[in-house]
Amino acid sequence: MSCRVIVRVQEDMFDAAEEAAKLTKNRTDLGAVVTFTGLCRDESGALAALEIEHYPGMAEEEISRVVAQAAARWTLEGVVVLHRFGLIRPGEPIVLVVTASLHRAEAFEAAAFLMDFLKTQAPFWKKQHPTDASAESEPGSGAAAWVDAKAEDDAAAQKWRG
Amino acid sequence: MKALYFAWVRERIGKAEEELSPPDRIATVGELMTWLREKDEGYAAAFENMKTIRAALDRIHVKHDAPIADAREIAFFPPMTGG
Repeated sequence: MSCRVIVRVQEDMFDAAEEAAKLTKNRTDLGAVVTFTGLCRDESGALAALEIEHYPGMAEEEISRVVAQAAARWTLEGVVVLHRFGLIRPGEPIVLVVTASLHRAEAFEAAAFLMDFLKTQAPFWKKQHPTDASAESEPGSGAAAWVDAKAEDDAAAQKWRG
Repeated sequence: MKALYFAWVRERIGKAEEELSPPDRIATVGELMTWLREKDEGYAAAFENMKTIRAALDRIHVKHDAPIADAREIAFFPPMTGG
């Protein structure tokens, strides 16, 4: 059975369970489904919203290249990767990775690999809009700042190359 | 060639895209950045620390020594922070 792949880049919200069901529906052979959802956290109340910019076209293509690497490395029956862009509020989902396989190790490892590489390879950039107690917390009113890439994210991706 | 700029590279340059016609002596991604840096202070600020800038040719990540010869689209951006 070949690996079913769904990759989407979208502004809209998504439903993780609904997306995972696309891989498991009418299947009786699967032994594992791992679902990872990355959420927008409020940074202890300091964040009003994240604004995510992306490179249309390349974002989908780069995610697909990372998925192809995962499918070459592990025996997977299905992969879903969704990544949102635009304005995202604390508590909302940002990214979804679903992996399905016959046994759990493949699904767990491939999901971790996908997230580590998405963070460092997929062309998305986060801008933080801070809350401001003295003014309205609408994005754009405060001093919004681009998130810096983290060395630990590079290290997390690097460990798979070892 | 079409040039695209993202995140703070876009903000510092003040535009998201433009058409570039570099002289023939500009052969690589790195040389193109050095050439762009001379255009005005916005470009100079965007490419101030060139080693932090990432590039893609026709939507594929490339290093700074990659030749630009046959590319239709080049993009410059900061390290990615998605996920």
